[in-house]
Amino acid sequence: MSEIQYEAVIGLEVHVQAETRSKMFTRVARGFGEPPNTLTDPVVLGLPGALPVMNLEAIEKSIKVGLLLGCEIARVCKWDRKNYFYPDMPKNYQISQYDQPICLGGEVEIELEGETRAVMGPHRKVKLTRIHLEEDVGKLTHYENDSLVDYNRAGSPLLEIVSEPDLFSPDEVFAYLTSLRNSLVYAGISDCDMEKGQMRCDANVSVRPVGQKELGTKVELKNLNTISGVRNGVEYEIQRQTSVLREGGSLTQETRRWNPDQRYTTAMRSKEMAHDYRYFPDPDLMPVKIDDAWIERIREEIPEMPFDKQRRFIEQYGLPYSSTSPLCPDKELCDFFEATVARCKDPKKAANWIVNDLLRELSSAGDEEGPMPLGNAKMTPAHVAELVNLVEEGSISSNIAKEIFPETFATGKMPAQIVDEKGLKQTSDTGELETICSQVITDQPKAVEEFKGGKENAINALKGQVMKATRGQANPKLVDEILRELLSQ
Amino acid sequence: MPDSLHEKTAAELGECLAQGEASAVEIADAFVARATAVDEKVHAFLHRDDEDFLAQAKRSDERRANGQSRGALDGVPVALKDVISMKGQPLTAASRILENYVSPYDATAVVKLKEAGALVWGRLNLDEFAMGSSTENSAFGATHNPWDLSRVPGGSSGGSAAAVAARQAPLTLGSDTGGSIRQPASLCGVVGMKPTYGMVSRYGLAAFASSLDQIGPFSQTVEDTAILLGAISGHDPLDSTSYPTEVPDYRKGLTENQGPWKLGLPKEFFGEGIDDEVRRLVDEAIAFYQAEGHELVEVSLPQTELAVPVYYVIATAEASSNLARYDGIRYTHRSERAENAIDVYSKSRGEGFGEEVKRRCILGAYGLSSGYYDAYYLRAQKTRTLIRKDFEAAFEQVDAILTPTSPTAAFKQGERSDDPISMYLSDVFTISVNLAGIPGISVPCGFTKDGLPVGLQVIGQAFKESEMLAVAHAYDKTHQFGRRYPEL
Repeated sequence: MSEIQYEAVIGLEVHVQAETRSKMFTRVARGFGEPPNTLTDPVVLGLPGALPVMNLEAIEKSIKVGLLLGCEIARVCKWDRKNYFYPDMPKNYQISQYDQPICLGGEVEIELEGETRAVMGPHRKVKLTRIHLEEDVGKLTHYENDSLVDYNRAGSPLLEIVSEPDLFSPDEVFAYLTSLRNSLVYAGISDCDMEKGQMRCDANVSVRPVGQKELGTKVELKNLNTISGVRNGVEYEIQRQTSVLREGGSLTQETRRWNPDQRYTTAMRSKEMAHDYRYFPDPDLMPVKIDDAWIERIREEIPEMPFDKQRRFIEQYGLPYSSTSPLCPDKELCDFFEATVARCKDPKKAANWIVNDLLRELSSAGDEEGPMPLGNAKMTPAHVAELVNLVEEGSISSNIAKEIFPETFATGKMPAQIVDEKGLKQTSDTGELETICSQVITDQPKAVEEFKGGKENAINALKGQVMKATRGQANPKLVDEILRELLSQ
Repeated sequence: MPDSLHEKTAAELGECLAQGEASAVEIADAFVARATAVDEKVHAFLHRDDEDFLAQAKRSDERRANGQSRGALDGVPVALKDVISMKGQPLTAASRILENYVSPYDATAVVKLKEAGALVWGRLNLDEFAMGSSTENSAFGATHNPWDLSRVPGGSSGGSAAAVAARQAPLTLGSDTGGSIRQPASLCGVVGMKPTYGMVSRYGLAAFASSLDQIGPFSQTVEDTAILLGAISGHDPLDSTSYPTEVPDYRKGLTENQGPWKLGLPKEFFGEGIDDEVRRLVDEAIAFYQAEGHELVEVSLPQTELAVPVYYVIATAEASSNLARYDGIRYTHRSERAENAIDVYSKSRGEGFGEEVKRRCILGAYGLSSGYYDAYYLRAQKTRTLIRKDFEAAFEQVDAILTPTSPTAAFKQGERSDDPISMYLSDVFTISVNLAGIPGISVPCGFTKDGLPVGLQVIGQAFKESEMLAVAHAYDKTHQFGRRYPEL
């Protein structure tokens, strides 16, 4: 009898910090990296008598997320207290949404790997269960004999995006998180930096024999701190569960912790230790009514989503998939691209400059935090467009363009100015070029012979000599014409 | 004249100040002297900052000298129940767990009082976290009823009621969750009023049960209550449950509204269990209204008998969550015996909370527990809606409702301490008013043969405090039982 085949079923709970100006229930600023316990007030600290007041911006951002992921927006949503004792939570209850979340349903479009990197992979829509809004907790730092708590993060608005058990491989998990992050960054909800805790993910993983409908025993994975970490943790957990079952063992419903350095999971707590959170509606807060006009107003603010943009770029500008895949996850870069295209004639060339040269320069101008942000660069769409146009007009060769790109990037000087200052303008003076070409033909009898003998490529050697003699400024098209003319004589 | 300043009402003190017959400093001195003389017997205050009181008085006099008086309350003392935050002052809620806590901010009601120029002074005793009906549940010793020191002042705002009754303050603020203002007002022979839920901001009031708590005034007369209510009411953007509505001129409303009124007598409130003397005094007050040409109408509030159980499910559930923040981690008492994180919670709370608080937290957590929520909390909320509808139906027939405030006059210290149920029943006439979210006021309506005061409760419609106060004032202005005070 052949060995039973198992398949994995995964659901994700993703927490995303909504980037609002103030915290969820008070006017204190929301932020990251401030000295401990400075972003606090009586409400954040849960002092006697302090009361929460709902942040309008947090609600609007939640509605926005719901709309861009195709959720049904609740017409009335309410706030519940989730009661449990933990020192990171000043009130010992978290204001959350229990049975009336702000968004229901929805889906996240994902792209799986294509046959090669140059080919678009298959797309699929992963179903969401719900999205709700809740307050974040503080941050604990543990030492040998004591722990310190910082409430700067406490009370920041946090979106919990819960998927259905509708993911079936670590790669799908990776694709889901990437796509979700791109969409949320696009819409200005959050920077979704997992290392800064702006996006956090727990995974519910189970395996079942292929063909079985019922889900297997669910294990919740925690401490998945990067998108790759989630993929690795899920991959390990699938293998662990599969081997336990193959060896005839059974699984327990539990929470396990991913240890990214040693790359394995360890049990944290079992189902029997699960909390009773004693949810009840928060009497300090009124339910929020959301009407159509409000929803429509927010709908107007939703930008084109990354995959939609990618499809449009391919169709409208004729870009190859390989140009769109580095471009489209980054909205700012896409905007840069379209602003460039508006000023030049060749979208494909514009895209090439951006995804190859511009990204390379940004990366080398960056630091350990990452590449230089596009907004800080001196290079603008006008620069790239001018470069494309100069090549297109034949004023400079593409080699010269490549050469001056870094200087344009570093100084912000317009390419035409650099060309002028350095005298790099392409030579299209037929008389001068004919003289040089004749000289090269005389100097390179071997190449001439080969070419005449039918070796087409041999002409490249001659061209190279001409370019060398003109310090690259000869118009290559013209050189080709003149050489062929002279050689045919 | 200055010798008797402490006897005066807030309205009279305002008049003295306006006429230049007394300064705010003289008034403050008079109340400090009075409190120093009698509070050893009454124990209304948990804490007094006399220095700050006199400094405020001095600033008030300076304002007045510069022609910048802020009105009727400028220079008039107001003392606070020790659950209302005032910047730089302790807030203990009469609990060991908050013994060393000093509030870093002002409650909205305190901000408004300061803006009105009132001299905000002193922290008044209560049942721990406002849980109780006798002020015996204070971790820092019981308050005594000024009319009979062997008896309780009622509760939970017993200190606020006793301070006015003993003339240690002309005005005080309390909080009322199930009768915690009206019942002690009744037992101490002063006026005490609970506004409509949402009329006075709860920001800065240490919460007991958030959906029921309201801050309200104590005074000798209904007129004074109108003055104080006007100062503390109004929409507050810091309290989501605060109602956006105009604050009428309550004092003017006392004389503008003359009736004749239709006054409802709920049959369920006049059944068994009321002390005969209480019954007689309340009946006399009701007869007064009839004699004055107002119409008496019997009404029915069928869900009345469910009010106490519904209240104890909802109030304790909310309390179990509201009091979770007192955990020994930050500003509260931390047990020295704690050896790990769980110990910090359990031992700190075990040592810091009194018996009644623990009882209610456990009861409340039980009612919210998985598997019990529908049977207790959800069901109680549904019944609460029915109770509110009972009142709405009654108010289609009548302008205000008259009832006894408390079924008995002040009881002896210790008499009900071991019997929570009989203690809970002290609030049987006041609790449904909180559940319905409507206003109620207790007005002194005479004394028993033993010389103990009794209160008449006037219940009004939501946000119609003005009319309710006028009904109460119609009786109070001719009887003035709240002007009497005991020898101490």
